[in-house]
Amino acid sequence: MRYLPHTPDEIEAMLAVIGRQELDDLFTSIPADCRFSGLPEVPGPYTEWDLIARFKELGDRIPGAASRSVLIGGGSYYHHIPEIVRALAGRSEFVTSYTPYQPEMAQGTLQGIFEYQTLTARLLGMDVANASMYDGASALAEALLMALRVSRKKRTVALSAAIHPHYRQVVRTYLEPGGFSIVELPVAATGRTDLTALPKSGELAAVAVQSPNFFGVIEDLVLAAEGAHAADALCVTGFTEPFAYGLLRNPGACGADIVCGEGQSFGLAPSFGGAGLGMFACRQHYLRQMPGRVVGETVDMDNKRGFVLTLSTREQHIRREKATSNICSNQGLCAMTAAIYMASLGGSGLRRVAQLNHDKAEYLKHVLLAAGATLLFDGPTFNEFVAVMPSGFQRQRERLAERGIIAGLEISPWYPDYQNAFLFCATEMVSRSILDEISEEVRS
Amino acid sequence: MINGPGSTGLVLDEPLLWEKGKHGRSAFSLPVPDVPESVVDADLLGDDLDFPDLSEVDVVRHYTRLSQWNFGIDSGMYPLGSCTMKYNPKINDRLAATPALAAAHPLLDATACQGVLELLFDLERFLAAITGMDAVSLQPAAGAQGELTAMLMFAAYFRKKGERRTKILIPDTAHGTNPASAALCGFSPVSLQSGPDGILSPESVAAVMDEQTVGIMLTNPNTLGLFEEHIRTITEVVHQHGGLVYGDGANLNAVMGMVDFKRCGVDAMHLNLHKTFSTPHGGGGPGAGPVCVVAKLEPFLPVPRIMKDDEGFSLETGHPDSIGRMHAFFGNVSVLVRAYSYILTMGPEFLRQASQLAVLNAVYVREQLRDTLELAYDRPSLHECVFSDRRQHQFKVTTLDMAKRLIDHGYHPPTIYFPLVVPGAIMIEPTETECKEDLDRFIAVFKEVVQEAAVDAERLRQAPTRTKVRRLDETRAARNPCLKG
Repeated sequence: MRYLPHTPDEIEAMLAVIGRQELDDLFTSIPADCRFSGLPEVPGPYTEWDLIARFKELGDRIPGAASRSVLIGGGSYYHHIPEIVRALAGRSEFVTSYTPYQPEMAQGTLQGIFEYQTLTARLLGMDVANASMYDGASALAEALLMALRVSRKKRTVALSAAIHPHYRQVVRTYLEPGGFSIVELPVAATGRTDLTALPKSGELAAVAVQSPNFFGVIEDLVLAAEGAHAADALCVTGFTEPFAYGLLRNPGACGADIVCGEGQSFGLAPSFGGAGLGMFACRQHYLRQMPGRVVGETVDMDNKRGFVLTLSTREQHIRREKATSNICSNQGLCAMTAAIYMASLGGSGLRRVAQLNHDKAEYLKHVLLAAGATLLFDGPTFNEFVAVMPSGFQRQRERLAERGIIAGLEISPWYPDYQNAFLFCATEMVSRSILDEISEEVRS
Repeated sequence: MINGPGSTGLVLDEPLLWEKGKHGRSAFSLPVPDVPESVVDADLLGDDLDFPDLSEVDVVRHYTRLSQWNFGIDSGMYPLGSCTMKYNPKINDRLAATPALAAAHPLLDATACQGVLELLFDLERFLAAITGMDAVSLQPAAGAQGELTAMLMFAAYFRKKGERRTKILIPDTAHGTNPASAALCGFSPVSLQSGPDGILSPESVAAVMDEQTVGIMLTNPNTLGLFEEHIRTITEVVHQHGGLVYGDGANLNAVMGMVDFKRCGVDAMHLNLHKTFSTPHGGGGPGAGPVCVVAKLEPFLPVPRIMKDDEGFSLETGHPDSIGRMHAFFGNVSVLVRAYSYILTMGPEFLRQASQLAVLNAVYVREQLRDTLELAYDRPSLHECVFSDRRQHQFKVTTLDMAKRLIDHGYHPPTIYFPLVVPGAIMIEPTETECKEDLDRFIAVFKEVVQEAAVDAERLRQAPTRTKVRRLDETRAARNPCLKG
């Protein structure tokens, strides 16, 4: 076995040094009634040839991935990944390192994450960002737990119904066993959250909205922040498409207190939804309640600039049961990848790609409306939108799928009130000819 | 000086990203617009981003230099105890990047992604077979999230039974995140002391276990590298009082395919795929922390679950007792793919042999260093061994000083100051992928560092001296946090 370097002679020599006869003698501390009688029932060993053949077989059974164009978003987006991002993020010094517990030999990870924190804070208009969370959904759950810690006595949070349905489910999983309650805010005709439904009783720890929301609609974050603050609650804003803030006014400028979301768009492949990147940022004032790892700048014995993991007093390995959260690892390599991606685009590139995303989706909106679709909501959108499709669209959608075009995502499984409504996503990856092909099919 | 792999070389300097670049540069080829520009409302539009503009060469050099300041398992021996840093096979990275897998959108219709569902379904079965458990969820994105998942399931289990239990037993040799995970579910942790032999006695569990106690969180092998020999009696005590047993499987690398955890009485456990199943850890993540359970807890597993019938594979959400969702989609699939590939490459025999050699290496290091350093517990240990710095106190040298001096010799230090039950702990886990010659060299270097402590302690206190930066001021970083540039 090529990953096990020991020769039989070496094994024998080592056993002799430790005074044992055979390898099994090393396991005398495991009682017989705790053991398997035989070997576990798994296949293998496979050679590299076998493995590649097996993956070819599996790959052939994922026709969706070989499509000419997939026009669904809903929290996972197709964007072009420059080759340098793959090449640099794939460097084994980054890939095969552990958590930077010994900062002197992990300055690469540490400076890279410090830069990631800085770019994230600038993108979102916030004071500080952490070194990443598992994904956008758990980041939102942690943001709400953080707001509950900040507010101390309050036990309720308000969530917009326009937040990604899966994210709301994760929030429920995290919050309900602690006895916290969740109020849901309805969606207005614009597709924006109806903030007039906010309870005024002062019992809310947080008001959470997502922008752009699940329907692609850009929320009025200024209004959301004002509403939250008027209710004496923190304003938490989420996102699934960070590209939006290459173009739109960022949540910090609108008054948000905690901002979190999914960063997969920045250089990570969809990979069936993971590994993704939970981005997380907040105001300086709340820093010590922020979950997750952070990297800070400091100096060494010679007064040279260097970086370390810091503020670990909030963490589990110091205070155990008093820890801010149970977060241990982060998405280090994904954060590094996102930083490399942001560095590759630069400020001007990110804005231009964001504009192009906006333009593609607006064009698709335009041609679908011309083909007989209507918009479910009239609020402004970024990158994706919900169209109510003419009858017969299901069949047209199947025909498009046969031609390798996955045209939109039906939203009724999550929102039964909205029938024949499809969420369409168009990024810079979709060519105009595909968009025209869809509209022609709908028109037919 | 004994020659470790460390020696001096060129260390190139590199500024922070925003200290280089020129406005108007780009390292990105932008697609040509083929649709008309659409104007965004002025009140929605943001200011220009304060990001540096860099050329492709700027970006490539920046990250190449950063990578050169980093030490990974590909750079050399990384004997972090409890963290299990073993070689990550390259073929797994390539397979995880298979275009069909990498491009699979998580909201595709099931018919369009049968291949990825089959892979995940198979991986669940493999993990069940390797642990002896009945059902698996691959959703948790990290070990600590796997722990939380199991605790949420325990809470749901008792809620369903109409019982209100609040206390949970956590031994001092358990992993650090255990108490925080339990606290998130509204449980209050009760700390249990391990015995003088480093393992837990059934009596200490029986003394506190009652009908108000959820159960116990047991790390086995524990963080001292010792097998909890009384596990069957302990789990019986917990079960007699209607409680549940959680097994932290972070140290599975010692017992892959050897210990049947269901027979041990474990009801739920998590695995760290990024440790035992050889997926890279990326400087902090992504990891993957699947949860394996016995049949009575299966209804509480997170949704969606992968099901197989005559039609093929599907993702199902209709499980009324489920704790709900832990992840936006299906967990860290790109990590799961690597673990799947690793298991197939090894097969049942080599998985077991990997554990045997991991233990052989650790016991070999322990026996070779036992005269040099103070052994914390002198009893049969498995995949890791724990020493303390007691013998070095006379020279005013600490574990930290020895660790930093090892860096000068080209080794990543072992885990230090953990587990907390051993003062000045030094925890070495060589793993199965190091060969005898490399271990011998590491042992010789460690001995030399300890000798140096007796004759030139100051040299250790000044270490490391060959790295890009020398010892860093961590107090200053925490007192005046500077988290962005």
